Amino acid sequence: MCRLALKSSDTPFSPYEVLLAMEAMQEGYDGSGLGLLMRGVQFTDFNYEKDKQVILSGIAHTEEALSRLNGLMENRGFVQKYDHEFTVHPELIEASDRFKYIVRVYRKPENMDEADLEEYLMQTRLFLRKDGEEHGGDLTVFSFWSDVVMIKEVGWPLAVGDALSLDDNRIMARVVMAQGRQNTNYGINLYACHPFFIQGISTMTNGENTAFVPIKEWLEGKNIPGYTGYQSDSEVFTHILHYVTRKLKLPLQVYKHVITPLKSEELKNHPQGDFLQGLRVACRRLIIDGPNAVIATLPDETSMLVMDAKKMRPAIVGGKPGTWAIASEMCGMMAMVPDRDPAFDFQPMREHTVIIPPDRKELQIWTQFDPFTLPQAA
Amino acid sequence: MDSVRSVYTSPSSLTYCDLPWIIQHREDRCTLCGRCTAVCPVNAIYLTYRRQRVPKLDVLKKKRGNEYRHFVGIRQHTSIEKKCIGCGMCSSVCPNEAIGPVPNTNEHRTVFHQNQKGEAWKRGGRRNKSGATILDRIAFDRISMLTDPALDAGRHEFSLNTILGRVLPPEEFLRRKMAGEWIPPTREIFPFIIGSMSFGALSPNMWLGLLQGVAYCNEVLGIPVVMATGEGGCPPWVLKSPFLKYIILQIASGYFGWDEIIRAIPEMQCDPAAIEIKYGQGAKPGDGGLLMWFKVSKLIARLRGVPEGVDLPSPPVHQTLYSIEESVMKMIQTLSMAFGFRVPVYPKISGSTSAKAVLNNLVRNPYAGGLLIDGIDGGTGAAYNVSMDATGHPIASNLRECYLDLVAQGRQNEIPLFAAGGIGKNGNVTQNGMALIMLGASGVHMGKYIMQACAGCLGNEMGRCNVCNIGICPKGITSQNPKLYRRLDPDDVAQRVADVFMAIRTEMKKIMAPLGRSQSLPIGMSDALGIDDADVAKRLNIKYIC
Ligand code: SF4
Ligand code: SF4
Repeated sequence: MCRLALKSSDTPFSPYEVLLAMEAMQEGYDGSGLGLLMRGVQFTDFNYEKDKQVILSGIAHTEEALSRLNGLMENRGFVQKYDHEFTVHPELIEASDRFKYIVRVYRKPENMDEADLEEYLMQTRLFLRKDGEEHGGDLTVFSFWSDVVMIKEVGWPLAVGDALSLDDNRIMARVVMAQGRQNTNYGINLYACHPFFIQGISTMTNGENTAFVPIKEWLEGKNIPGYTGYQSDSEVFTHILHYVTRKLKLPLQVYKHVITPLKSEELKNHPQGDFLQGLRVACRRLIIDGPNAVIATLPDETSMLVMDAKKMRPAIVGGKPGTWAIASEMCGMMAMVPDRDPAFDFQPMREHTVIIPPDRKELQIWTQFDPFTLPQAA
Repeated sequence: MDSVRSVYTSPSSLTYCDLPWIIQHREDRCTLCGRCTAVCPVNAIYLTYRRQRVPKLDVLKKKRGNEYRHFVGIRQHTSIEKKCIGCGMCSSVCPNEAIGPVPNTNEHRTVFHQNQKGEAWKRGGRRNKSGATILDRIAFDRISMLTDPALDAGRHEFSLNTILGRVLPPEEFLRRKMAGEWIPPTREIFPFIIGSMSFGALSPNMWLGLLQGVAYCNEVLGIPVVMATGEGGCPPWVLKSPFLKYIILQIASGYFGWDEIIRAIPEMQCDPAAIEIKYGQGAKPGDGGLLMWFKVSKLIARLRGVPEGVDLPSPPVHQTLYSIEESVMKMIQTLSMAFGFRVPVYPKISGSTSAKAVLNNLVRNPYAGGLLIDGIDGGTGAAYNVSMDATGHPIASNLRECYLDLVAQGRQNEIPLFAAGGIGKNGNVTQNGMALIMLGASGVHMGKYIMQACAGCLGNEMGRCNVCNIGICPKGITSQNPKLYRRLDPDDVAQRVADVFMAIRTEMKKIMAPLGRSQSLPIGMSDALGIDDADVAKRLNIKYIC
């Protein structure tokens, strides 16, 4: 089982804090890996400008791959502004083929409207990933987006943090989400490690999505670029969130209605029951199954937590105005925001969606039984 | 003593040991009550007097002589039309267990003579292929409780229902919803469906019992079971009753019963569950329906709008059929319109390598509400033996191929596929059905299983009984003769329907819980399936396990 931790704070903090929370929750997980995502990024050595620059995260496994990457990025018109050099202690890393951990800032290409740019960034990420796969997996790319840094590595999470000196405060962020396990249900593969990422949307899960294969087959059948990979059953959560909010352009509340729809009897009494009933049928292949707590973050620094329809996994959210955290275990929460009032901690049930909004003033708790606003006349 | 030469044997002369079923009669137990001969549906047995000569030698008187003993016995006829069908009714009525059929374990000769007067062999029932089917051999092997906390089949809630009807892609659903346009009708139903058996094929008591049972499942047990009529309509009181919503009305190439249905539309209290357009049937692909004259009673004649006591063959194709594309389109549209576009309409075809062509045609037809494929193991009320045994396609690979075809197009949620043909033929109904669902079916139709489980049909896969075509069903299931069908109490049938569906519901949970599935029916969850045959595994695109 994976352990999950997310912290969101007005003031940037070191990702190492979240790793310490993972350490606090160590009992339940096998510590086989680390997946880390940061937003609201701040570098000590560079003044990062979110509007003008994008960040590429990944690993070049060989020198050859790195120089190929340089060429490919140049060809695709990206000008490098900053290259974050981690202080690496290779002896703490299990794997030996890590030539360079890449966190690089590029200037956004000019004269491209937002939609085209978003498409181009994703296509570039997929292109680089494919290039790496074609060269024996010598290049791994996790994300290429504005204001997103991703690190994935095999090994005990805190050890990975030490190996990359994440405690040196040279890289800090306002939102950090971390997950502490490689997907040992399937073969070990860096791409199989949560969080997953597509066009600014990211999710991580503790649990098992037992409806994985039918969902994956449906998503692949949509032929939407980026709906590929699926080394992990949890990757579909990210793509469903992307599909619901970006492709169907439905409000965030609807995500929960798609993955864990209410029962027919419940929908009969719902103010939008008719719409939701139809949506449930149309999106039937996206109904998830099994025990899952899904934690997501969005480009505007919104964080979200939802549970499976039977609430078979633990998860808790708590904090105080300005600083909030989500953890799969209470002890992780204690480690991340020790000075909060635990009486206000909230453990969502099957119908809840918990939102930490970008202003971080207070939690929003939606239930599926409440109506929500649809932009058009649905 | 007769001389052997004077015994005439015709080519079709058979002895009792040439027959598929040999009657064993125990004279020492027989009370001569005559019940067996009275109940036998085919007059296979008769009471007879026999004389036995006992040679007698009186040694003292040095005299040779005979004594004669007379006895009464039950014997079986050896003519083809009176051959014992192994139904076992005689044993069931015998007060002393004195009589019963025994299967002939040797080869039997009747198969060579079932074509007297040039009439090819017609019968009812099933394909007579015994042994475990492919479906029986599929195991559910992805046990998720090993990696994650398990579901409890007894305690947790399970969503077991499926959707019947055309489903729009989400983008199109939203567009139409916002624009207030027509959304195709769908039904949320239980995935195990009572397959089409017509009101002519089944006796009134059987039909009533099924309907009562279905209504009980829906209204009391909360299991939304639906049943399909075969060709031949539906009693008018049902058409005008609130039970119509549990019924899928079938229209087939003879259009029997549709006068009544169309006339009843204005008085219908609710819509039917769906309309099934029959293009083919697994038991006899390319052959039309057949209701033999024995079964065309007064009531059936009225419902179908025909004279009493005539054979009612339906043509092999619909008269509107110029091309299948054009026919499917026209009929689906016409029937959708007849019911105000509020009722899903779908075709039923026989399993065939051409099923994919029909499917691809349906994908492009915005009114098509699904596709039902009936495999070679499907049953029938009446068909030629050769059609039943040798024509058609097994359901598993046919269904799988169609499903994967939809997956490749990303349309698997839009056209629900339903599978039929041999589901539960060896009793493993839930296992068979769930295997097909995980191969990609949205649900399954079952006919023979329902007759066996809910009404005690005596037929089996080894040629037992199977006389459903000639109106002499010894259990009163497929007869229009009141003397026979009063043997069947509709209340008992209804009770068994409830028993069967409650048990299927429990078994579904017992299959789904270890797989970690409870939120939706695991349609297409092929990663959970394995089979102990590498070739089959490859063909079905599932795991080979051994
Ligand atoms: S088994 Fe059936 S057909 Fe055979 S003799 Fe007995 S009652 Fe007649
Ligand atoms: S019992 Fe009736 S329905 Fe069953 S096989 Fe015999 S004739 Fe057919």
